[in-house]
Amino acid sequence: MIQLESIEVTFSPGTPLENPVMRGLSLTIPTGQFITVIGSNGAGKSTLLNVISGEVKPDRGQVIIEGQTVTRWSTHQRARLVARVFQNPLAGSCPQLTVEENMALAYRRGKSRRLGLALSPKLRSEFRDQLARLGLGLEKRLGDRMGLLSGGQRQAISLLMSTLAPNQILLLDEHTAALDPKTAEYVLDLTRTIVAERQLTTLMVTHSMKQALSLGDRTIMLHGGKIIFDIAGPERSRLTVTDLLQQFEQLQGADLADDSLLLG
Amino acid sequence: MTTLVLSSLIAPDALDRLIVPLSGALELGLLYGLVAIGVYVSFRVLNFPDLTVDGSFPLGAAVAATLIVKGVNPISATVVAMLAGAIAGLCTAWLNVQLKILNLLASILTMIALYSINLRIMGQPNVPLLGQTTVMTLLEGGLKQLPSVLSPFGTSLVLLAIVVVLKFGIDRFFRSELGLAMRATGENSDMARAQGIATHHIVLLGMALSNGLVALAGALFAQVNGFADVTLGVGTIVFGLAAVIIGETVISGTTIFWATLGAIVGSILYRIAVTMALNTDFLGLETQDLNLVTAILVALALVLPQYKRIKWRFR
Repeated sequence: MIQLESIEVTFSPGTPLENPVMRGLSLTIPTGQFITVIGSNGAGKSTLLNVISGEVKPDRGQVIIEGQTVTRWSTHQRARLVARVFQNPLAGSCPQLTVEENMALAYRRGKSRRLGLALSPKLRSEFRDQLARLGLGLEKRLGDRMGLLSGGQRQAISLLMSTLAPNQILLLDEHTAALDPKTAEYVLDLTRTIVAERQLTTLMVTHSMKQALSLGDRTIMLHGGKIIFDIAGPERSRLTVTDLLQQFEQLQGADLADDSLLLG
Repeated sequence: MTTLVLSSLIAPDALDRLIVPLSGALELGLLYGLVAIGVYVSFRVLNFPDLTVDGSFPLGAAVAATLIVKGVNPISATVVAMLAGAIAGLCTAWLNVQLKILNLLASILTMIALYSINLRIMGQPNVPLLGQTTVMTLLEGGLKQLPSVLSPFGTSLVLLAIVVVLKFGIDRFFRSELGLAMRATGENSDMARAQGIATHHIVLLGMALSNGLVALAGALFAQVNGFADVTLGVGTIVFGLAAVIIGETVISGTTIFWATLGAIVGSILYRIAVTMALNTDFLGLETQDLNLVTAILVALALVLPQYKRIKWRFR
């Protein structure tokens, strides 16, 4: 369970660039729930994920994960609870390291790192089996540098890497936004499988209303650093993309010139 | 055998004129090979442009020389010198990760501070080691057993053994869980943190390792050449960088094994190139032109790979 209590975040406080991005946001996510997060640019979606992962420390409020107050914990301390897949496929891995080295890094997430060899024959064969499950032929490319793979392949491996060490929470930051539609669909399917298999508490930020409704079991809409719309259950299953878009415009009270971003 | 044949063909003093500068170049190349590995760790692995080395090289020399003159066992003195270098690296890293000072600037601050500290340690600008027991004199007996052909290269062989052992040690470290975490920190620190790596601690560790190696090179330099001097460090970063870049040009390989080998080979090639440039009479170059020659060599080494790529594209 994740509890966010009256989170306030202001970027560059006390300067002309002062930007309050989160104004008293509260959110409770029961264990195993899959939430999709929508909202316009600057609504605070990425900040929400950053507050949970520890990259951004709130000025006020509490972050509680599985009953532990982690508000002051740094990102690396929270890594045994939280795994994350980034929007940019380049951001979630090290391009100069090989596929197996990247996986070895993820394998030790949240554990101590010592002077023992990072890779062993046993670990390699485990990684090979895991990669074979993706059905992308990557099991033959363990020794290739990550930078040689395509964006979709890297994103699929990033998802796989999030499963290599125990975690309770999965954060997905528009992780299909940089992919072509076919690859995006593949990565979404993989996301569904992994989340269902491991019963992870998941937050997925997306710009696509369609994705927001078709995945997960609850949808929240952010605007101006607050949750302005929160829907789950049967009500949500009746909702169409058009309904959601209407809600979006109505609640924000702003005319959205850039609808193309949201319809996809 | 070959030397015998050669010496019967060439006048003996011509051979000496070749071998003496060559063995000198080899010694310096191996010593600065350690610097190059250190610079590789900070510059390439951690992505941290570190000028501390201009201070930690003479720091290693100063600490080792001062302790040896005070009668400390040369091996202990060398180890203490290495630790001193590691502490210098820690200072730079701490200024950067804790006080948020820009990495390059943090290293310049430590470098400047070390100039005063080195003078304090030595108590004078120069400490001679003539007649003192050093790591090299400890091994003198063993080196006398060498066949006469190899005798000018005795020091080089000792240095080679040290450099090779350290190279393989460093290679092994970068294949460990901790070493892999260090490579990830330098390449993508956001990802590293998300994987639970305490990137600040890793930068501290890496900078200590890097400057420890450089100070070890300084300590050995003082013992091989018989003195420590406060101005020894000028240009250390450039020599190290030159070696790393030349190494990358000559030896292309993506693994750590090839990269550290490249740093050592690059350092030796650089010294041989410099020696050749300075010993070629018609160029009229003298010792004071060393920095100019270095700058030109580094520029060439930087340009060469680009040139190769362009040619390859046209083919």
